[in-house]
Amino acid sequence: MKKIALNGAGLLVALFAAFPVYWMISTSLKPSSEIFSSTPQPVPAHPTLAHYREILTGNLIPGVSFLDFFLNSAIVAVSTVVLSGLVALLAATAVARFRFKLRTSFLIMLLVVQMIPLEALVIPLFLMIQRLGLYNTLPSLILTYLGFSLPFAVWMLRGFVAAVPKELEEAAAIDGASRAQTFRRVLFPLVAPGLVATSIFSFITAWNELIFALTFINDQGRYTLPVAMTFFFGRDDTNWGPVMAASTLFTLPVIIFFLLVQRRMVSGLVAGAVKG
Amino acid sequence: MTTLTEVPEAAAARETPARRRRRVDRLPYLLLLPALLIIGVLLLWPLGQVVGMSFYRLNSVRQLRGDREWPWVGLGNYTDILSDPFFLTVLRNTVLFALANVLLTMVLGTLVGLLLNRLGRRMATFVASCVMLAWATPALTGTIVWKWIFDDTSGLVTWLFNALPDGLSNTLFGRSDWTGYGWFNSPLLFFAILTLVVVWHSFPFIAVSVLAGLKSVPSELHEAARVDGASPWRVFWKITFPLLRPVFGILIVLSTIWDFKVFTQQFVLAGGTQDRPTFMLSIYSYAEAFSPPPKYGLGAAIAVILTLILLVVTGFYVRMVLRQEDES
Repeated sequence: MKKIALNGAGLLVALFAAFPVYWMISTSLKPSSEIFSSTPQPVPAHPTLAHYREILTGNLIPGVSFLDFFLNSAIVAVSTVVLSGLVALLAATAVARFRFKLRTSFLIMLLVVQMIPLEALVIPLFLMIQRLGLYNTLPSLILTYLGFSLPFAVWMLRGFVAAVPKELEEAAAIDGASRAQTFRRVLFPLVAPGLVATSIFSFITAWNELIFALTFINDQGRYTLPVAMTFFFGRDDTNWGPVMAASTLFTLPVIIFFLLVQRRMVSGLVAGAVKG
Repeated sequence: MTTLTEVPEAAAARETPARRRRRVDRLPYLLLLPALLIIGVLLLWPLGQVVGMSFYRLNSVRQLRGDREWPWVGLGNYTDILSDPFFLTVLRNTVLFALANVLLTMVLGTLVGLLLNRLGRRMATFVASCVMLAWATPALTGTIVWKWIFDDTSGLVTWLFNALPDGLSNTLFGRSDWTGYGWFNSPLLFFAILTLVVVWHSFPFIAVSVLAGLKSVPSELHEAARVDGASPWRVFWKITFPLLRPVFGILIVLSTIWDFKVFTQQFVLAGGTQDRPTFMLSIYSYAEAFSPPPKYGLGAAIAVILTLILLVVTGFYVRMVLRQEDES
């Protein structure tokens, strides 16, 4: 009896959590007549890819298609990932492998900096981007997201670097490897999985970001996907079929990446609170 | 202490002690330099600058580009904001929204965490996977889907309310036809839906963290208490909660910080920055600065107020994390 109640509660929770995602995908596969019918269909009766075809082949504004926005987002996110991964790896090696005077101060700063409300930085960063002449360019976003993703990336990578046994590096050094060689041939391959996990977080940060992309980009051809979605969809009289198809295409890469690394997310955020 | 620095004799012997010491000192700083530069220039400097900007009257982009003077107004922006009764509405919205959301997220998240801990393995995996989906969904698309669910003609909620027996619907709500009902029109209803969207998105993190905490606690204590006939309520408050207190502390602080600065969900749900009665601090700051006519100085002052509130909360967070790093 108790078991049934627990399982029932579990099913309710699962339904509440997963339903919107299901409904998004399900709606994207329904013909418009089913979407706008007065009785909703739980499952698409006549599944169709028409909405996907519509957004992938049509132009949202003259000369700019969904794929262009997708590409803009991908350029920004991938550039952020590469730069942030590189810089974070160096910094993580410093804090995980060396004891030096400012080490603790740096770690505290990393924690504090992650708590800065980024929403409060839109105005000064807008000023900086204007001054640098980067307004309305994709690099303005790459630069911004680099700053946002770096503290968490260093914090997370630190653990991965520390987990590599020092003996391996010592052995390499005894065999006459230079520091650069030790780093490249020994440490790097062993930290690579951690670097992938960290990169995924930077990717998601950059891919999902809306406010800064909304503010720094003026030219519609350079919109990232989130900005394009708030601009062209979500207005009154929304045509939900294409909107849900676009949402699905935007969401799926994030969900896939996310599920690959979510364990690290918990341990990174609660930083030592949970032992084990 | 260090590996790359304390190289065994074979490699170290080639260097004079003096040279070796210098290298020992410099390398970590060299490795940190790019990160420090980026964090300094892109996070710390703007943080200082937002304070600086809040003391000026900045009403055009040309001022930002440096083509025009920046008139100093001292605390003028702050007195403007604080003397505007609208600010009180915004502050009230922000604080009440954050409190309600933290409370609901924590309660729901903890209950789900406890539930996951009690379920059988197969069921727990299934429920946890579904919960992960809500967490993984970007705030943007999650909000768009909820907006579709609350669509006033073909949305699921509108259909549900239409499906209620007319008599019941009339007695409860005073209407039976819900088609065309503006779910987002009254501020209270808007905040209720926004709360639903935000809690839906943030309870999974709490649930998973609480579950991770529970797994690290020896289960004998719970079993012993249960054998002794303690009610689940008592077991939670007398055993689970004290053991997980540090986890709960950090989760509450993180949730508070996140819920104080909700932006994307509100922006998408309200369809922009026009719905002033539902403004909270972050969207208020953004709207003042970037909706024409631009008032960057005023927006900066609001951003500073938001930051100060969060600074206090952050202080608690850092103290808690440091205490735990010491313990472990």
